[in-house]
Amino acid sequence: MSGTYLGMPAFPRAAALSSQDKTLRGNLRHATHTIRAKRAKAVDELADWDRLREAGAAVKNRTLRHLDHYLEQVEAAVTAAGGQVHWAADAAEANRIVTGLVQATGETEVVKVKSMATQEIGLNDALAEAGITACETDLAELIVQLGDDLPSHILVPAIHRNRSEIREIFRDRMADWGRPAPDGLTDTPAELAEAARLHLREKFLRAKVGISGANFVVAETGTLVVVESEGNGRMCLTLPETLISVVGIEKIVPAWQDLEIFLQLLPRSSTAERMNPYTSMWTGTSDDDGPRTFHLVLLDNGRTDTLADTVGRQALRCIRCSACLNVCPVYERAGGHAYGSPYPGPIGAILTPQIRGTDSELDASLPYASTLCGACYEVCPVAIDIPEVLVHLRERVAEGGEVTRRGTRVKVKPAKGHAAERAAMRASRWLLDRPGALRAGQRALSRSRRFHPKRMPGPGRAWTDSRDLPPAPAESFRDWWARTRGEGRNP
Amino acid sequence: MSSKDVVLSRVRKALADVPDDEQPQDVPVPRSYLRVHGERTAVGTVALLADNLEDYRALVHHCTGDELPGLVARLLADRGARTVVAPGGLPEGWLAMAVADGVERVPDAPDVTARRLDAVDSVVTGCAVAVAETGTLVLDAGAGQGRRRITLVPDHHICVVRVPEQVVDSVPQALEQLDPTRPLTWISGPSATSDIELDRVEGVHGPRVLEVVLLAG
Ligand code: SF4
Repeated sequence: MSGTYLGMPAFPRAAALSSQDKTLRGNLRHATHTIRAKRAKAVDELADWDRLREAGAAVKNRTLRHLDHYLEQVEAAVTAAGGQVHWAADAAEANRIVTGLVQATGETEVVKVKSMATQEIGLNDALAEAGITACETDLAELIVQLGDDLPSHILVPAIHRNRSEIREIFRDRMADWGRPAPDGLTDTPAELAEAARLHLREKFLRAKVGISGANFVVAETGTLVVVESEGNGRMCLTLPETLISVVGIEKIVPAWQDLEIFLQLLPRSSTAERMNPYTSMWTGTSDDDGPRTFHLVLLDNGRTDTLADTVGRQALRCIRCSACLNVCPVYERAGGHAYGSPYPGPIGAILTPQIRGTDSELDASLPYASTLCGACYEVCPVAIDIPEVLVHLRERVAEGGEVTRRGTRVKVKPAKGHAAERAAMRASRWLLDRPGALRAGQRALSRSRRFHPKRMPGPGRAWTDSRDLPPAPAESFRDWWARTRGEGRNP
Repeated sequence: MSSKDVVLSRVRKALADVPDDEQPQDVPVPRSYLRVHGERTAVGTVALLADNLEDYRALVHHCTGDELPGLVARLLADRGARTVVAPGGLPEGWLAMAVADGVERVPDAPDVTARRLDAVDSVVTGCAVAVAETGTLVLDAGAGQGRRRITLVPDHHICVVRVPEQVVDSVPQALEQLDPTRPLTWISGPSATSDIELDRVEGVHGPRVLEVVLLAG
């Protein structure tokens, strides 16, 4: 799927288009505002949230600072439990490995659990080239796949679609992939969910190969964890004979006990639930229960390059909860597609330019796709200082400097005078033209005030030169939030 | 160089800033978060479990050991269930009355395929532990719980929790009791999705009806 992101216009141009799309903006606004309030409530239930957050960040830091140690531990533990471990330095290698494993089973259809890692590497396209059909089974992924569309949100890839659009897609496209949508399908969410249940049931029952990612891998035990809602994950993880899990190397947590932190942080941050409906944990293979063959593919694909940057490294703590997307005034107006990768929103703006580099106009413009308001940092359950990394990456784009690409230190040239600079300029201007986004950002600014130099380096001047940096508001983000709930005042 | 060597050497190069003598446990992890949220009696903990289960649309029932066979028979009859999967190790009596009423008992045997399970109406199991603060049942494929697929494919799951013994307060307490080498399924309410406009709708691929029997004594 990532293949289809190639050649996408830089953030400002894509954002300019999507922000004119009234339906899209309405859908996004409705969905993100609904979840914001719920998340705040779910988080408020836990008096120790800040301490959990601190512990979550610390566990991930421990993992990252000793990642070589933990990777070897994962390999040993998974192997001892009956699994087979493969290493993939980049997307192409991961795709080759998975394609080969599927071909070895003789199957031409696989069922998939939603996984960011497989979107990132474009696995479905690679499988299709080998004549293998990958069926997405997460409801939102199914909507995206049937609609021949791209995901626009980490948790809810079809967040840009409203219920009546979903009904149209089901009615028009389900028959091409298998069981058609029931006659007289309405757009009530329960009926749409029922249509997906019927459509996919047949595929689950005949599936011989399942492909998944994982939310966590426990180094000490070799346990993989998949957190989900619908049960499609359980279907893919337990019914097939062969299971292949593609997992980014940063998904490791050292100890079994560490799950007590993340199983509290993740559901409340992502779906605003005390606990998501289903969580599966498995360690290798077990007799008579679940797949007899289990493959774990450990994926680098730019993660070690990100690790080499001592400021940018913290992006690897991300547990993909999507809370930062849901509070971001820029995401709300630009939509997920403008970010040109499976990782939209604030996390995408810091992760994509690090794992892909900033050579393309799109990737160079991403660090500018932000008002630096700091709302993302406030809600991040692993305390990733997204504004800090954004400013750091802006400096890199503007002034160039040393970075690591595929394991080698290289110097990148300053963007000055290049297409990248122009793209970055346009991203800044796009924001200037969005008073709503800026105002929402500025009200929230005090929290991240320290990240605002008087003048932004390089292209950021388009912003700082043309207006005085807003005075830090008297209210903190939290206060502002409590008062307005993000509603009403920002058009 | 193998890809493993490539990745590991990139990792090591990337971590040039980490002192050679630093050990993983030298990176501090402050665990000052709470083991339990709030103070409750054992009775209070069971009540919280029931509340949270109901909040996520599980149907909660209370009974004693004597009442259980009758309750299970009634719950199955109410759904019009004619077949029920019974995992190995399920106490004999639990299904006695239902079977007497003519419900067919399907064993959880390796030759019972997913397709066969798809034609079964209900499943009755126990659990390994239940978590009050989150309204979660954890199954570990042990006695009375069976393979993971039997609580997934049928559309109606009746799960019996022995209270208060099997109930813990919190997620940290649950993990302490669980064995990571077993396949584990954490269940919090019936199958659901938030994928349509980020609004929770019950009922996608897993059982759409989850009934929890809190069994005392
Ligand atoms: S950066 Fe933080 S808030 Fe955003 S998805 Fe990752 S963990 Fe969640």
